[in-house]
Amino acid sequence: MSIEQRPRRCGGWLERLIQHARVRSPWLLHFDCGSCNGCDIEVLACLTPLYDVERFGIVNVGNPLHADLLLVTGTVNRRNARVLANLYRQMAAPKKVVAIGACGLSGGIFREADNVIGGIDRIIPVDCYVPGCPPRPEAIIDGVMRVLERFGTGHPKEDVAKGKGIP
Amino acid sequence: MSDLILRGVAGLLAGPLLGGLTSGLDRILTARLQARQGPPLQQPYYDVVKLLAKELVVVNAWQAFCVYSHLFATVLAVVLFALQADLLLILFTEAVGAVFLVMGAMASTSPYSQIGAHRELLQILVYEPLLFLVAIGIYLETGSFRLTAVFQWPVPLITQLPLLFGVLCLVLVIKLRKSPFDLSAATHAHQELVRGLFTDFSGPLLGLIEIAHWYETVLMLAFCGLFWAGGLLPMTTLALAAVMGVILMDNATARLNWRWLLGYGWLAGMTLSLINLIWHFRGAG
Repeated sequence: MSIEQRPRRCGGWLERLIQHARVRSPWLLHFDCGSCNGCDIEVLACLTPLYDVERFGIVNVGNPLHADLLLVTGTVNRRNARVLANLYRQMAAPKKVVAIGACGLSGGIFREADNVIGGIDRIIPVDCYVPGCPPRPEAIIDGVMRVLERFGTGHPKEDVAKGKGIP
Repeated sequence: MSDLILRGVAGLLAGPLLGGLTSGLDRILTARLQARQGPPLQQPYYDVVKLLAKELVVVNAWQAFCVYSHLFATVLAVVLFALQADLLLILFTEAVGAVFLVMGAMASTSPYSQIGAHRELLQILVYEPLLFLVAIGIYLETGSFRLTAVFQWPVPLITQLPLLFGVLCLVLVIKLRKSPFDLSAATHAHQELVRGLFTDFSGPLLGLIEIAHWYETVLMLAFCGLFWAGGLLPMTTLALAAVMGVILMDNATARLNWRWLLGYGWLAGMTLSLINLIWHFRGAG
């Protein structure tokens, strides 16, 4: 998204400051929802010195209570659907979800399997889909940055209110 | 009177300004040491503004009460330092703040939070006696616990109490939650203890804890600066040197367990303090 296309931020200076801070300080939680680890290796590659996502303020946290972004890889099955919903519920609003890889998007090649429910969006609302098997780290970073743009559009209070609903 | 108010306001502002910048500098330097570019200098402010604007999730009322008390006590300690009050009073106020944070973590039933709280208690057990030994060293040298007297002392304390400055740097590593003593709430320990002490604090409460940590940082660095209290420039130089040392140490060492913390902290700290005190005051009595 180019700078001209970027949506205008609304509200007074405090609201703009909050939106700016949200865009510049996303803490992400990474959940392997039954992935083959291919996508997970690419997610972790983003944190290495080569890609260094900390220059965007991104920190990998291990705690849903602290996270703003949920990165999910792999298919949802009947065993881990509950865990995924639980993690999403524990995150404090505002929160965004990025589904990563063919399996996370639709179930991928495991779509027809007995135990597989499908993509991440069958359980929790997804804000951005990053295709690929596995997607390259550049694609994952691009997906995360596009989700961050959405933090900067709505009113900060509405963003919090919207995120409170249990899926 | 107006001078006192000015000092108090300076103390209030020093926390967010100097503490936040120190934290930002720390993140940039750490990134550069790891061959990364790192976040911008103002990153800690983004983090705190974001945290303060997040949804408030409180596990129980005690948690919130403890966070407010922790912040209040820490800010009070920095303001007391700026007012050049009694060194012991400042240390006790700071200790109360530290204990409130542990109580807040204990108020939640999360096992990670509990483990973090126990480890934090062990850290307090290690550094509090050492801090008091440093204060006693300053008292024996200057003859007073009042900071006004310490600031007027003609000789830089570091020339008389070099080993005690080393002990203070050890305390600084523990207080800033840096390797090898970052065992209660390490940022990078999620495989081991999620976020330890801070596991069940989230959103605005975590933001307030971060602000309190800025004040704590400023207080500890001011303590370091006390060892060369010949004006603002020598104090800042000494404090900056201490911060650089801590960041280097953080990147060069791995996290130790609590037995090492107790063994090394007490053994090194107590030995260095006693050697300095005995060596310096052998003939003074």
